[in-house]
Amino acid sequence: MANVLAVLEIRGGTLRKGAAELLAAARRIADAAGGTVDALVCANGAVDTSALGAAGADRVLHATHADFATYCPDGMSATAASIASQYRAMVVAATATGKDLAPRIAARANVPCAMDVTSVDAAGDVIRVVRPVYAGKALQTVELRGTAVIAVRPGAYAAVSASKGGAVESVATPAFTRRLEVGAIKTSDKGALDVAEARVVVSGGRGLGDPKHFALLDELAAAFGGEAAVGASRAVVDAGWAEHGAQVGQTGKTVAPELYIAVGISGAIQHLAGMRTAKVIVAINRDKDAPIFKVADYGIVGDLFEVMPALTAAVKAAKGH
Amino acid sequence: MKIAVCLRRVPDTTAKIVIGASGSSIDEAGIKFVPNPYDEYAVEAAIALKEQAGAGETVVVGLGGDTVQETLRTALAMGVDRAVHLQGAPSADGLENARVLADHLRGGGYDAILFGKLAVDDYGQQTGAMVAELLELPCATAITKLVVADGRASVEREVEGGVEPASCALPAVFTCDKGLNNPRLPSLKGIMAAKKKPLEITPVTVAAGGVTIVSLALPPERAAGRIVGEGAAAVPALMQLLTAEAKVI
Repeated sequence: MANVLAVLEIRGGTLRKGAAELLAAARRIADAAGGTVDALVCANGAVDTSALGAAGADRVLHATHADFATYCPDGMSATAASIASQYRAMVVAATATGKDLAPRIAARANVPCAMDVTSVDAAGDVIRVVRPVYAGKALQTVELRGTAVIAVRPGAYAAVSASKGGAVESVATPAFTRRLEVGAIKTSDKGALDVAEARVVVSGGRGLGDPKHFALLDELAAAFGGEAAVGASRAVVDAGWAEHGAQVGQTGKTVAPELYIAVGISGAIQHLAGMRTAKVIVAINRDKDAPIFKVADYGIVGDLFEVMPALTAAVKAAKGH
Repeated sequence: MKIAVCLRRVPDTTAKIVIGASGSSIDEAGIKFVPNPYDEYAVEAAIALKEQAGAGETVVVGLGGDTVQETLRTALAMGVDRAVHLQGAPSADGLENARVLADHLRGGGYDAILFGKLAVDDYGQQTGAMVAELLELPCATAITKLVVADGRASVEREVEGGVEPASCALPAVFTCDKGLNNPRLPSLKGIMAAKKKPLEITPVTVAAGGVTIVSLALPPERAAGRIVGEGAAAVPALMQLLTAEAKVI
């Protein structure tokens, strides 16, 4: 048994981004022992899954139920668990929804679960994963025996080009009790981009001096044209200057964007833990001895109120708007 | 209203992590241990729910070695009524820990069972939802809002780009995120009272399960960066590096 089930996330009747990345992780496990990859889609009605074959799905299993119009953890975990015995691994994206779903599937299927995995390898009947722990201050290598549920951190694997069949088949939704009734997501007015998913994160700390100066960060983020989100340090979130959903660090979100711009953030150890895997880190700080400069690829020492408008103008010019 | 909170003891988030001699866990020397920050939101929610109901009992449950008793006392000092120490070594397999907790909680007559959304040491992020499944109870994870009325709970949880509302009947399991409330600090009176509150010790055996921790390592250090320059005058040089060298713009 070397087959892998990838449980895909649906929002508003369509696949969420990240499906192809998750299939890449699934293929890595399946290909180690000549297995196949099935993508499970739980939805209320048809979903466009035509791109999944090229991303690595041998089959697409479609489970339908009226309760799947919104996220339905009880029905989705029951469906995945009902076919768990056919698989050596079930992979889920470690998003807010995936982290909710993964342990439920594991408990119902009576198998172990590894969360927020950044690397996965299969050999024999063991799956070996690496997971950041202590908010990324350490990396834990773990072996799981038998079937396991693995929540793969978004961005850990790039999509692959696989030219598999991706033929759609129906799968039965087992009887389940809808214990939790989940409503439709209310999209935040700040825009749909989350710090955990943005290609560019612009984060502010106490150096901003006043919550109104977050406007400087909003302007720089806007200059990136919809691919940037605004983050914050714990100090300013605790002070009420920013929403807790924007907090980067050990009691907030762990982010790994391509570009992280830390503005007026000194670089407390718990903050560094949350952003140190960013591809490129830029720090703007008045204090040349601030710890943030030890992890930053590029630093500018100076007054952020002078640097930020200049940087925003330069990014706008580079982006051609 | 009878409410249970499951607590963990973790290193302070400001602690520097050093790998221990075993190569699979941290060196605990010199590390300050604190109640898991997310569990404090759960404790606060439990106390507030009992206060709202006007009657009931709050119970804090901790699985682990004897050091967890200190963490349980902190919750008692915050205002929880009594504590249960499930005395035994936790497993690396979260499902086995969940089984022991569920076995203890089953039949306890709890209206709500609360957890932190994750523990900031192992980042397991699974025990609460697993306990709910084992007890066949409704479960909402990582909640930032909880309103209880007429035997039902309305919650909100943050998802990428928005907020997801949900509701369920009680009894239910909730895991708590930052933003749910502002945990109260233990008062001096509370700390004195906590010493006299009951702390029951129940030995438990946690099965090994299917997970083995092979190793723990520090992440690779980032290569030393450079100071591009000072003030707004450094922006053109920075842009050059970001576009030509790093190629991220």
